[in-house]
Parts: sequence; C-alpha cells; structure tokens
Amino acid sequence: MGGLQKKKYERGSATNYITRNKARKKLQLSLADFRRLCILKGIYPHEPKHKKKVNKGSTAPRTFYLLKDIRFLLHEPIVRKFREYKVFVRKLRKAYGKAEWTGVERLRDNKPGYKLDHIIKERYPTFIDALRDIDDALSMCFLFSTFARTGKCHVQTITLCRRLTVEWMNYVVASRSLQKVFISIKGIYYQADVLGQLITWLVPYQFAHDHPTDVDYRVMATFTEMYTTLFGFINFRLYQTLNLVYPPKLDSKAESELKAEHEEDYAMDSESYLEKLSALSASLARVVATAEEEENQLDQFPADGEDIENMEAREKEQKEQEDQNRLFEGLKFFLNREVPRESLAFILRCFGAEVSWDKSLCIGGTYDVTDETITHQIVDRPDIDKQYINRYYIQPQWVFDSVNAKMCLPVEDYFLGVTLPPHLSPFVEEKDGDYVPPEKLKLMALQRGEKHVQEEEEEEDEDEDDDDDEEEDNDEEDEDLTEEKNLKKMEDQRSQGKTLAVKVTPGKVKPWETGSVGNKVRLEQEEKAEEKRLAIMMMKKKEKYLYDKIMFGKKRTTREANKLAAKRKAHEDTSKAEKKQKKAKKK
Amino acid sequence: MRTVNLESQKTGTMSKAKEKSAKKRVVEEDDDQLPIFDKDVTEKKAGEEEDADLSDSEESVFSGLEDSGSDSHDEEEDAEEGDDEEEDDDEAVILDEILTKSSGVETATEPPATDKNKPTQPDEKPASRRKMKKGEGVAMDDGGEKGLITIRHGDEYEHDTSDEEDIRNTVGNIPMEWYQDYPHIGYNLDGKKIFKPIRNKDELDEFLDKMENPDYWRTVHDKTTASDIRLSDEQVDLVHRLQKGQFGDINFNEYEPSVDFFTNEVMIHPVTNRPQDKRSFIPSLIEKEKVSKLVHAIKMGWIKPRKPKETTPQYYDLWAKEDPNAILGRHKMHVPAPKMRLPGHEESYNPPPEYLLTEEERMAWEQQDAEDRKLPFLPQKHSCLRAVPAFSRFIHERFERCLDLYLCPRQRKMRVNVNPEDLIPKLPKPKDLQPFPTTMSLVYIGHTSLVRSISASPTGQWLVSGSDDCTVRFWEVNTGRCMKTLEVGGAVKSVVWNPNQAVCLVAVCFESTVLLLNPALGDRLVVSSTDQLITSYEPPEEDKEQAVTWALSEGPEHDNGHRLTLTHPKAVKQVVWHGKGDYLASVMPDNSSNLQVLIHQVSKRRTQNPFRKNKGLVQCVSFHPLRPYFFVATQRYVRVYNLIKQELTKKLMTNCKWISSMAIHPGGDNLICGSYDCRLAWFDLDLSTKPYKMLRHHKKALRGVAYHKHYPLFASGADDGSVIICHGMVYNDLLQNPLIVPVKVLKGHQITHDLGVLDVTFHPTQPWVFSSGADATIRLFT
Repeated sequence: MGGLQKKKYERGSATNYITRNKARKKLQLSLADFRRLCILKGIYPHEPKHKKKVNKGSTAPRTFYLLKDIRFLLHEPIVRKFREYKVFVRKLRKAYGKAEWTGVERLRDNKPGYKLDHIIKERYPTFIDALRDIDDALSMCFLFSTFARTGKCHVQTITLCRRLTVEWMNYVVASRSLQKVFISIKGIYYQADVLGQLITWLVPYQFAHDHPTDVDYRVMATFTEMYTTLFGFINFRLYQTLNLVYPPKLDSKAESELKAEHEEDYAMDSESYLEKLSALSASLARVVATAEEEENQLDQFPADGEDIENMEAREKEQKEQEDQNRLFEGLKFFLNREVPRESLAFILRCFGAEVSWDKSLCIGGTYDVTDETITHQIVDRPDIDKQYINRYYIQPQWVFDSVNAKMCLPVEDYFLGVTLPPHLSPFVEEKDGDYVPPEKLKLMALQRGEKHVQEEEEEEDEDEDDDDDEEEDNDEEDEDLTEEKNLKKMEDQRSQGKTLAVKVTPGKVKPWETGSVGNKVRLEQEEKAEEKRLAIMMMKKKEKYLYDKIMFGKKRTTREANKLAAKRKAHEDTSKAEKKQKKAKKK
Repeated sequence: MRTVNLESQKTGTMSKAKEKSAKKRVVEEDDDQLPIFDKDVTEKKAGEEEDADLSDSEESVFSGLEDSGSDSHDEEEDAEEGDDEEEDDDEAVILDEILTKSSGVETATEPPATDKNKPTQPDEKPASRRKMKKGEGVAMDDGGEKGLITIRHGDEYEHDTSDEEDIRNTVGNIPMEWYQDYPHIGYNLDGKKIFKPIRNKDELDEFLDKMENPDYWRTVHDKTTASDIRLSDEQVDLVHRLQKGQFGDINFNEYEPSVDFFTNEVMIHPVTNRPQDKRSFIPSLIEKEKVSKLVHAIKMGWIKPRKPKETTPQYYDLWAKEDPNAILGRHKMHVPAPKMRLPGHEESYNPPPEYLLTEEERMAWEQQDAEDRKLPFLPQKHSCLRAVPAFSRFIHERFERCLDLYLCPRQRKMRVNVNPEDLIPKLPKPKDLQPFPTTMSLVYIGHTSLVRSISASPTGQWLVSGSDDCTVRFWEVNTGRCMKTLEVGGAVKSVVWNPNQAVCLVAVCFESTVLLLNPALGDRLVVSSTDQLITSYEPPEEDKEQAVTWALSEGPEHDNGHRLTLTHPKAVKQVVWHGKGDYLASVMPDNSSNLQVLIHQVSKRRTQNPFRKNKGLVQCVSFHPLRPYFFVATQRYVRVYNLIKQELTKKLMTNCKWISSMAIHPGGDNLICGSYDCRLAWFDLDLSTKPYKMLRHHKKALRGVAYHKHYPLFASGADDGSVIICHGMVYNDLLQNPLIVPVKVLKGHQITHDLGVLDVTFHPTQPWVFSSGADATIRLFT
C-alpha cells in the first residue's frame, strides 16, 4: 500500500509525443522556421496509437511529433543560424529605415548563410539511402529548372537546378541506365535503374507556367534547397563511379568539334558550356581514359543445382539488359524542330543512337538534314515537303514505345499522318484478373516473337473488311478457328470484343449436362462449393470480416475489368459501324 | 527682442521707484524741491502741447523707441540751460556740452543710443544732476564709450535700491505699535529721536477733519512718521489705475507694434567673419598614423580585400567514408516516404479508348469533390505529341507532394497479404462425418396452420405434432400417414412424447392446460399397461393444496385418449418430460410471479413449485438426462439447479439477447441454446459458463434446436426456412474440446408470415431429422 499517487498523463504514450506548438516553443522558433527545420531535417509528425491518451483526454485534432525527434532537433547547429538570420533581417531593416546605405551594404556582405552538408550526411548515412530518396528531388529540380527567371524564386536556384538536372541526364546517358519512358498528360515520366535502384521522375512539358496563387513557394524553395544539396552530392558520387570528371566536361574531341561554330553566339563561356552539356550530343570526359565499352563479363563460379539455374537466369537477364541498352545502336536520328528536342535526344542517346538537329534549334547538332546516312527522322507534323528516300519518317511516339517494348517496333504504325496506336504506360503490371488492353496483349505477343502470324492475320482481316462486308461471318469463323488453335491466348481474346460472344457458347456446358462424366464433375464441384460454404460459416468473426473484404475487393476489380472490356467492345463496334457506313457511302 | 523686453520691464520698475521718491518729496514739501514739481508740470504741459506719448521722458528713453525725443530734448535743454543759468554754474554747462558732443562723436556707430542718451539726461532730477555732472563727467572723459554706458546705468539705478529710498525713520519695517508707549516713534538719519506729534488726533478731530477738510479723502496717515500725507493728483490717479488693474503709467502702451529685428531675409555677409583655423589646412597627424598602419597591414598581407562570396555550392564525395556506425536507431525507425504513384494507362497522352471517360462519367467526375474522385485528372486523348498542352495543375501536385512529405504523419501499416482461401478453416470433410440427413424424403401434410411442436416416439415409429389449428396429429414416420387427429381446446403450444419406452403417453399443452394422452399406438401391452398405471393411482390420505388440479378423463374423452388433465392457473407454453418418464415440467412464462415453472409427478399426481423467487421470464426448461439437474433458460441466462440439494449450481451467460430454445446433449455435459438474434451458443458445462462456440449460421431468428440421442449431430431450425445440421462430436477425453462442423443446410420449408421452421427434432434411432414449419407441414430429412 501507500506510495505516491500516480498521476495521469505522466507516463506512457502521453510522454512520448509532443504537440507542434509545444515543440515550437521548446525550440524557440517561429512557425516558419520550425517548418523549415522540419523539412530540412526530414522530421514528420506521428500519429499516436491512442490519440486521446496522448492528447491528455481531449479529442481536438492536433499534430503530434515524437518527443525524441524534437530533442534531436534541439542541438542542431542550423537552429542558431536561423536565429542569426533573424537578427540579420532586423538589422537590415533598421539600416534601411535609417537610410544607412553603407551599413546596408556591409550587412549584406556579411549575410549569414548555412550549409546543409552535415544534414544530408546525417539523414542519409549511406549513399544508397540517398539514392533511394532522390525521386522527389529529381522531379522538383526538373520543375524548378523550367521556371522563368523572374519572380517566384532566386535565379541562382533555377540555374543550379538546371545545372544539376543536365548533369543527371548526362550521367544517365553515360551509364545507359534508362529503363522506361512514358508520355503522360502531365509530362514525361522516366525510369532509370541507377546502381540497382529504380528511380522515377517526371519532367513537365516545356511551357511557361502560370503560377498558382494558392501555392506556398517558400515551402517549395526550402525543399529545393535541400534537394539541390542532396542532388549535387549524389551527382558527384555518380560521376565518380563512372570515372567521369565532375563538374562534367565534354570529351576533348567533341569539344573541339563544337568549338569552331558557335563560340561567338554566347556572351559568357560558362553559359555556353552548360548549353553544350545540355545538348547531350557529346560524350563526357573521363578521369581515366578507358575503352568506350568495357565488357564486364560475369565471372563463372562453380555451382550446382539451383545455383546454376539462378546463374543462368541472371546471365540471361543481363544479356537482355545489354540488348536493351543497345536498342538504337547504329541508328542515326534527326529531330525536326517541332519535336521536344531535349527529351528525345536524351532517350535516343541513352540507347546508343546518334542524334542531331537543326543548327538553328540548338547548339550541339552534329550533322545536317541532308546527311544521307540518317536512318530515321522524327517528325511531328502531318506532312513534310521534302522527303529523302532512304530514311523513315516517324512520329516521336515510336521512340517511346520502342524503349518500353525493349525492341524496335515496326515503323509502319508510326509513319507520318498515321493515326497512332494508343500509348500504354510501361509502369502497369497486370495481375491476373486485371483488365489488359488488347494493345498490350499484341505487344506481349510481339515480344515473344509471334508477331508475324498475328500481324498478317490482323492485316488480312482488315483487308477482308475493306473488301467485302458479306464476308464478316466467315471472318468470325476464322477467328474461332484461330482461337481453338491457341487456347493459351484465350484470355487475350476474351477481352477482345469480337470473341466475347463466342465464348459464351453453350457447347462447352452441354457435355456436363448430358454426359455422365460431366454430371459427376458437376456434382463434385457442387459438393466442393457447399463444403466451402459450410466452412465459411465456421469462420471466426474477425477472419470472416477480412475474408469478406478481400472478396469484395476482388469482385470490384473484376467488375472494373469487365466494365473496361465492355467499353472497349462498344467502341470497336461503333468504329466498325462507322467504317461500314463510310464504305457504303463510297459505293 | 529679448533685450528689448527686459529693458521695458526695467523701465517699468524704475518709473515706479521714481514716483515713490516723488511722493516722499511731496510729503516733505521741501521748498527746494518745488521747482522740480513745477518743472514736471511744465514738462507735462509741454508734452501735452505736442503729443502725450512723446512728452514722456523716462520710458521712451530706455525703450529706445522714441524718435521724436529730440524735440523735447531741445526744450529740456533749454530749460536746463535756464536752470544752469539760474545757478550760474558755467563749467557744468560746458562740460555737459562737451559730453554731448563727445558722445555724439564717439557713439557714431550707435546713433540711436546717443539719441536716447541725450534726452535721458534732462530727465534726471536736477538736484542729483548737479552732483553728477561734475564727478561723472570726469569719469566719462577717461572711459570713452564704455564710460558713457556706465554713467547712464549709474544714473538709472541711483535711486532704485530700497537703501536709497527717502527714509526718515530708521527703525525699519517693524510694527509701529512697538513704539506706542514711547514719546518718539523712531530715529532719524542722524540718530535723533523722532517725536510723535504732540497731540494725537482724537475722534472728534477726525470727524471735524472729515467734515471740513476737502482733501480728507486723499489724506493718508503715515505710521512711520505719524504724519498725514496728502496724495497728489497723480498719485490718486495712480491708485485709481492700479485699482482698475491698469498699468501705473498712463503713457505706457501695452500694444506696441512689434518690430522684426531679425528678419527672414538672408544676409549676404556672414554673421561672423572669422577666418578659418590653420589646423583646418594641415593634414591630421592622427589620421596619417591610422592610414599608415592600414597601409602597413595591407602590405604585410594582414588585411585582404573582401572576397566575393561563393554562391555556387561546392560538392565533394560526401559518402567517402561510409561509417556503418553512423546508422543509428533513428534511421532504422525512419519511415521513408512512400514513392509517388506510378501512372497508369489512363494518364497517357494517347490512351486506349476504353480509358477515356464517357459523357456521363465526365459529368459525374466534374460534380464530385476533388477528394472523392477516383482519378485526380480527366483522361484525354491527343492525336499527336505536338498537341499536348501543359498540365495546369503541375505545380499544385508538386506542392501537394511537398506538403505530404512534411505534414503527413507516417505509419507503417501492415498490409494483410493473405490468400483468402487460407482464411477458411480446415475442417473435416462432411463426407467423412456421415451419417447425417441430406435430403428431404417425406412431407407430412395435414395441418392447416403453423405446426408449433413435434415429437417422435421413443421407438421411432410415430410422430406427434401440435398445431395452431387446435389439433394434435399422430403420424407414422415411415409412411407419412396421419394415424390420428385429436381436437383440443386451443392452439397447441407443445407436444412431447414420454421418453420411457414402457409408457405410451404424450403430453400436450394448450392454453392453460396440460393434457396427458394415450395415443394407443404401437404395442398393445404398453398401451394397456399405461392405462393401468394411470388408473392404479390411489389418492393419499391427507389432501394437499396444489397449484394444479389433476383430473382424470372419462367418457368420450377417454375414448379419444385423454387420460389426465392438469389445469394450470396460467397459460402454459412448454412441457418437458424427465428422462425416466415420471416427472413432467411445465412452463408458464410470467414476468411478475414466482409461479413460472411447475414440476409434476404423474404416478403420484403431485405438483410442486420448485422456485421461490422470480429470476426473470422463463423461456424454456429442461431436465438433465442422467443426473438430477434442472435447466431453466430465462431471457439471457441459463441457470442450472440441483434438484436434490435444491440450489443453483451454475449460471450460464449466453451472450444472446433472447433465448428461444435449448437442448441438452445426451451425455449431459454440453448444451446448445438457440436465440432470436440468430445465434446458436454451444456450452461445454465442464469448461466454462461462457459459450464454447458461438455459431452464426442462420440469417434469422432460431426457433428450435435439437440433439440426436445417439449420433453426434445437432440441428437448428430458424426463420430463414432452413435447418442446419451440424456434426457436434463430444469426446470422452475431457482434454479434447468438442468438434463442431456444419455438415448440411437443409431447405424445404416455405416462409409464411416471416416464420420458417418452428421446431426440429431427431429421430430417436436413425440419423433423420424432422422439422415443422409455419407452412403447416412437417418434413423428414434422411
């Protein structure tokens, strides 16, 4: 008995959390500074398990931080810098008020600044940690580098972002690590495999932004401040891994080539250098001159059983990867002025192609339109006047689709003025039960190498369509035959509108009803279903709930897939009808 | 301006002092002084002749405003000359002239001052003047212009001090009463006593004076000299003016026009014409020293010019020395921000047509709140890359991401990644648990209303059913034939066949009656022995008062099979036989009394009420099959009583809202309870007072539950029209819990008036189950 009376909220979870306002007071910082500190140090609020306990019985909505986090912030040297800055601002304001211009100048010269190096090191103790977290940094820097140099943020930040992004693109080109690209309505997504980490970033289209008013640019600027520091260190390290010179220098050979022509156009050397780098057309200087392509063969280890299989799989994978990296090797591209130069040059260079563009478009073009060795010219207009006979004129989507397909797709679908096939996201990985667009199925077939049969058939079909309406029935029959041929692709065809109707033929069900064997099977099935039903009855309440939830989710996905399939079918029907009508009119 | 003011003040005081002295002179009435007065008068006259303001001497002199003073000066000079002539003092005159001349010369720089000086002199009293003109004139000769100033000041302040006042009595400023008793009133300047006037004026003198003396009103008594002083006209005027609060001097103008001495005009000449110091042309030594020090410091490289600040950040290999120790607990605890969602097909600039929204979908999308939208953007199709516009919400989305990164609490959420099939418990296959009823094989049709209760005979050959159509029917189980139909006086609530094979009795309850019937089915011997058993009853000697009246049936009723009629005080809901077949319990649910359960002994025709207290509305009761226990189910609890010890042994919490039915396992250690809230609770009496298993198989209220006598089966019937057969294996090993597996859902009853199956019962020997329903049928499932 006896002992001190236990008081409420003096132990347990209530003491592990601290509200934001209390944290702010403890750190003696203004809200803006606290926000900045949290952003820089990567401190985020935590949701306590028992909110009411932590909130001392109140249920008011509050933001909680871990007390440990705040204690950790307490001895952060940057906090002192914040206070110094505050004092600086005060002094500066006073000097302005008194019109002491020399004082203002002196104060400005001694403006307190801070470095974030130690914070980066502290937040990311290893390089891989940092690399893992670079997605947002990349997207942010790419966005900031497209800002106009007026207003919204410091010009230095914009130029720095531009410099870092150019460095990054050069690295990706040099390391050939680009994996997937996707043109979305928001911008262009890229995914690269850098040192085993999948890194995805989004680059906006090159248009002027209309800056929204409800966005706090200070927050964005603080993030950018942190990201640029992180990004710079990462770039440095990445360049080091490839033995490249940092800050990047162009290859001496390439530099001499470029030098002669455009030197006089630029007032500043540094500016022109960045431009040259961003042209992405030349390779970078290396610290140690090595052979361009170093074959790093996997060492053969003596292994047995499963290991051999693994090894083989790994080897195969690597080979595939290498093949993909050499996707455009030996091809010579020319970019017309209306296509987005930077992204296309970046992608093409990543896969080993040679790229050039009109001289008036940008610095760094290495050859002219008239070059006879050009194999592909990328054009994004319905027609072009002067065409060369020995090159393909293709639309830019071909490049993106080819990269995603990891193979050079047939160029026919991407010729000038042709209605483009849909551009699919390479990031979607369909599980069974999900809806797979027919284009994707076609593509998968192509990748497996079954392209020709399918292609021809399709074309034939189309031809027949064009030729005669009456043969439609035959068409369908043909398709039935093909379906029977490869049952493997039953799924594929199911979603295709034409065959959907065929699938629901009673023929398959009949034998079950009539034949004795079928009856047995059916009985067995029914029995099993009942068994399952009874077993479900015996589930515990908790598990039952979970089970119901899962089943509901499954049902929803199938419903959605069905909906998409139905939509597709309807669309195809209408397009077919339109075609027919047109033909009828022609006749 | 200041100086001017000061002077004017001074002049003010001075003038008063002079007037004072003038008064005294008047009082003295010296003959010598008379001319002064005369002169004053003349002066005044002269002044009045010309201009009142100008005539005044003293003020105008010092104020320095008087320009026309020269006129009066001339006159006065003349007068002076006249005076001088009178006194024959030539030298003084000459001196005076010299004085005026010299002053005129020497004060050329200050012409106004001399102008003023001149008129002042004549204003001085001639008496003093005469003295002065000699002494001061000399002083003047030496001192030059300064001397002149001093002279002037000397003149001015000569009579200004109180010391210089014309004092006759030297006693000072004391109350004169002190001298009342003395013949004198003080001492004159020579130290001689001043004697009082010989005769003091008495009242009469005073009065006479008042009456006769025309100047009485202007006569003042001077206490110090004890003399009367007649005030002059000027003095009277002065008094009047002071009384009115006016200035003492008539000629003083309060509202002088102000003269702007220091104009706002910029002067072309400096105020001071002092040449600059020499030091202002010579370089400073201290500065030189300082500069040389700085120069030296710069030469030595101690001071360097300020470097332009590095604006571009410097990057280096931050992770050159990756220290595994640097990975702290913090980093392990850190929850990395989830990556941005990767885009799907619908975000493509050229998506497959099925991903585009139809018109209705687009409308719906636009009407939804931004948070509710499944897609945060509208999928769009562009024919070529050239046509793709900028995404208007790009900055917004990035900003929202930033906000998420620093504002959102992060939490590791365990995603349940289970195969739903794994969640389904692994149960023994129903096939392995056979036999159990699987199919409906017979339907007993005959009742016209819902069949509330059924019961199978212990041999398993017959089935009795009671219905709301007030009939009890006896069926042959195997054929489904209705053997007998008995009309009773009300809707039958419960029918039970006596479990004793040696007795052929059926208890039927309707309204407030429990009827014991002998259906006369089956073995004749048994039937006759049953009748014999009932008739062999001998009433005891002492008749006890009982709650129930026992009546033996006779006549046609006896022919119908009625044997005993127990008339209860209240409506009976349920009857139950004890396993041996001698005891019978009836339930009369009533919330307000303790008479709810009665136990009857048929052989002795005795009835007793086992409970003294009302523990709630009794739903059903049951006997333990082997031991002397009695189960009473109230609305939410099942109480187990020991009939021999007559005490409560257990109270089972069913966790149900309302118990509807109850069945005891033939082993006696397990019990099932059906409830109106769709639950079936299995109790293991050895385990706990809480349910061992709660089964929620039925969708609607359970109405009947039953155990099979031999097979490990139990059945439950519910309002959803289904009968669920479960395998309920009870092991002899106390450590092993009962195994409960649902094996079959039997359907067949139609739901009428929201009621489905009302009662279920098992065949005593076969794995068959009977069920009676609200559709007036009884069904047999085999």
